[in-house]
Amino acid sequence: MAEFLAYLIAGLATGAIYALAAIGFTLVWQTSQMINFAQGEFVMLPAILILAAVKLAGLPVWAAAILGIAAFIALFGWGFKLVIVDPMIRHGVLPLAIATMALSIIMKEGAKDGFTAEAQRFPSLVPQETVSFLGISISLQHIAIIIVACLAIGTLQWFVTRTKTGRQMQASAQNPNVALILGIPVAQMVMLTFLINAALAALASILISPIYLAKFSNGEVIGLFAFIAAIVGGFNQVRGALAGGLIVGVIDSLAAAYISTSYRLAVPLVLLVVIILIKPEGLFGRKEERGV
Amino acid sequence: MNTSRFDAVFATLVLGAVILWFAPAGMGRYGTYVLSLWLVTAVAVMGLNLTLGIAGLKSLAQAAFMGIGAYATALLTTKAGIGWLPAFAISGALCFAVGLLLGFPALRVKAHYLAFVTLAFSTLVWLVLRNEQWLTGGVFGISNIPRPMIFGIKTDNALPFHRFVVVVTLLLALVLWWLVRSPWGRAFLALRENPVRAASLGVNIRAYTLLAFAIGSAYAGFAGALYAPLVEFIDPSPFQLSASFFLLLMVVAGGSGYQLGPFVGALLGVVLPEWLRFTGGLYLIIFAAIVIGLLIACPQGVLGLLERGWIAVRRRPVGSNPPIKETV
Repeated sequence: MAEFLAYLIAGLATGAIYALAAIGFTLVWQTSQMINFAQGEFVMLPAILILAAVKLAGLPVWAAAILGIAAFIALFGWGFKLVIVDPMIRHGVLPLAIATMALSIIMKEGAKDGFTAEAQRFPSLVPQETVSFLGISISLQHIAIIIVACLAIGTLQWFVTRTKTGRQMQASAQNPNVALILGIPVAQMVMLTFLINAALAALASILISPIYLAKFSNGEVIGLFAFIAAIVGGFNQVRGALAGGLIVGVIDSLAAAYISTSYRLAVPLVLLVVIILIKPEGLFGRKEERGV
Repeated sequence: MNTSRFDAVFATLVLGAVILWFAPAGMGRYGTYVLSLWLVTAVAVMGLNLTLGIAGLKSLAQAAFMGIGAYATALLTTKAGIGWLPAFAISGALCFAVGLLLGFPALRVKAHYLAFVTLAFSTLVWLVLRNEQWLTGGVFGISNIPRPMIFGIKTDNALPFHRFVVVVTLLLALVLWWLVRSPWGRAFLALRENPVRAASLGVNIRAYTLLAFAIGSAYAGFAGALYAPLVEFIDPSPFQLSASFFLLLMVVAGGSGYQLGPFVGALLGVVLPEWLRFTGGLYLIIFAAIVIGLLIACPQGVLGLLERGWIAVRRRPVGSNPPIKETV
């Protein structure tokens, strides 16, 4: 039982990170109908940028973190929207989805060739210790991840539902034409979702890299789990992506412990196929018809 | 306009095959191998071009299907002692069947769910190839895959095998050429252009999209059946998800929907790296950047760009006269 709870907490921690990636993914999808196949690489890269700033430029960790995150949000929030999404969206969403695949190759190969192909240690904000609580040994890092991710998602939820800008963002996602008529700056709102997406990815990157080490190929699994989380939870809801992320994280952790380590990846994939078969709008999603 | 262009496609295919039959003269073993690899990749891209370019579906498992074909052929020819030709047919049929099984639930919902289902499938195939050592040899793969014996002629050397690949590729390309011109092909095109209208004209959307996906997957199986004897050793790494992304980029680079696009796309994806050797590992980045540039400037790919240029050149002599008829 204690063992089970330990796996559960570990699963919730990685799940919270998948949720961060999945929420960014669904936000962008809602406002621009774009499927970002580079989402995993978005989570991989900020940690690499920070490490590069530390090792190549010799900056202290805190300065490298600020610089790396700022550079990442500027490049892959603002720049991504401006350079890739804007000129391409007029051709439809299919070329755009394919362009994000090309981008994922560039990010991955860029991290490998520009920095290193080896897995790198990444500094952790909390000590890498475990505490014993009621006979369960819990990693402090897992607790910290769950708390930070919940705070971030709570803030985002508050922003989206309680502030004027957040509501304008929602309106722009639901019906851009009507939003425009109502005087909402739709273009700025769409840009805002790209910035939030980049910020969430950067946060996920900082949280996950101390555990998984920073490596150019990390994006593959993270991206896959973010997709699965988004679909399982429901594509059109922040809370859906949150629930989806936690479910996928816990299932992955339990599958690794109790089913098979070599097939741990297969269990969330099977879950994905089952959800698509029986409840394609996701566990918490609303039914809607939208062609991509 | 259509018939003349399609005849041009036919002529280009046959002429290209004749040139490629003699091309490796003096190129050496490695040069010949690269040419053969180009054609084998082009077969997989052709299939994906049917799925994406003609039917408008995103499949992210083309490399995985190619892996199924390659492993099926490798196992059948090494362990079961079956000839290459039946192994080739079985590989294609297997991928066709798996394509139907996979596509049916996904396309039941929404077309873009196929992307996610194939994404998951791709990873599952890779897991099985890597973990089921008793069957696939795991990370050690399968070695000593024999090259086929066709009509009593051994294709063990690079040149005869290359010529064999040329013939098979030509046949597969011609079948697809015929298919696209057939009423079925017209239905596929109608689906991509306007699904609602196609449905109202009595095209069974679900059946046709499913069929396009299954045929496209079967072509990946055929490509795998050629790939296994070409490299003579296979392991799971060339069939990963990133390889499927790469094949998709080749479709777009060549010109999605163009019959000759796959050859151009595979040329950029397979032969270009050989020319870009001096850039070291950067060729993937260069290729991906070229594709993004193309998608921004001309989503119809290299062939679309050429067509655009050709139209512009032909119109110039007319000068100030307005174009009399629409060329496309």
